[in-house]
Amino acid sequence: MSAVPLHMGLLLAGILFLLGLVGVLTRRNVLFMLMSIEIMVNAAGLAFVVGASRWMQADGQVMFLFILAMAAAEVSVGLALIVQMHRQHKSVDINVLERLRD
Amino acid sequence: MNVIFYIAAIVAIVATLRVITGTNAVHALLYLIVSLLAVAVIFFVLGAPFLAAFEVITYAGAIMVLLVFTIMMLNLGQAAAKQEKSWLTAGVWIGPCILTVILLLEFIYIFSSADQYGSVLHPVSPRQVGETMFGPYVLGVELVAMLLMAAIVGAYHISGEKQKNYHRFFENQNEEI
Repeated sequence: MSAVPLHMGLLLAGILFLLGLVGVLTRRNVLFMLMSIEIMVNAAGLAFVVGASRWMQADGQVMFLFILAMAAAEVSVGLALIVQMHRQHKSVDINVLERLRD
Repeated sequence: MNVIFYIAAIVAIVATLRVITGTNAVHALLYLIVSLLAVAVIFFVLGAPFLAAFEVITYAGAIMVLLVFTIMMLNLGQAAAKQEKSWLTAGVWIGPCILTVILLLEFIYIFSSADQYGSVLHPVSPRQVGETMFGPYVLGVELVAMLLMAAIVGAYHISGEKQKNYHRFFENQNEEI
């Protein structure tokens, strides 16, 4: 059984994180921005797990569980905000929120 | 095992690319689920079977169901997908892509020079994870529980009531008129 090199795991986490970053920077739809943030959070968790299996410590995996709970909390509040935004502005375009009132 | 890792990595990257370039919200969400499942496979290969199961149950299961229900509630149709397509012009894409490609090249440079750290394939058993979580990290577990409670209350508060006015000052003003 050949082992997976450390830098490959970290590289995958980096690529996924950067893809999420591109998504956040380029999309105007709030839903897609939230999904891209999910990708970034997941990639950070992947880096933690890679570290955990490199040093054979469970701490990284515990951190991933905390990240998971944090992502769940963030998604629930973010989706509530999106629903409220769609209710008030009839749009999911982030540029609508430039006009702070009205 | 190595081959499985690379296949799952390619699947994850391709699915994520489809998420950030997609125009239909539901299709993008399904690709996101595929990406998360591929990451779960990677966790399994890296020797974290407990987290692989957790990723499938919580991320690909619970959180994605939340997103699916919200998209169903918003009821975005074909028009939204067309508008989305019109937003995705080359001018929007080119700047962030160049910047992130630069970052990616730096990543590759750093990680290729860090080869001496050796290999990763040491399984960490679920028992070890549980002992660590409820041993030194028990305060963190409590704090996460509080965070989830706050998120539930916050989400209920934000999405529950229908706001008519932004401030009670304007409400009184309307009544006077």
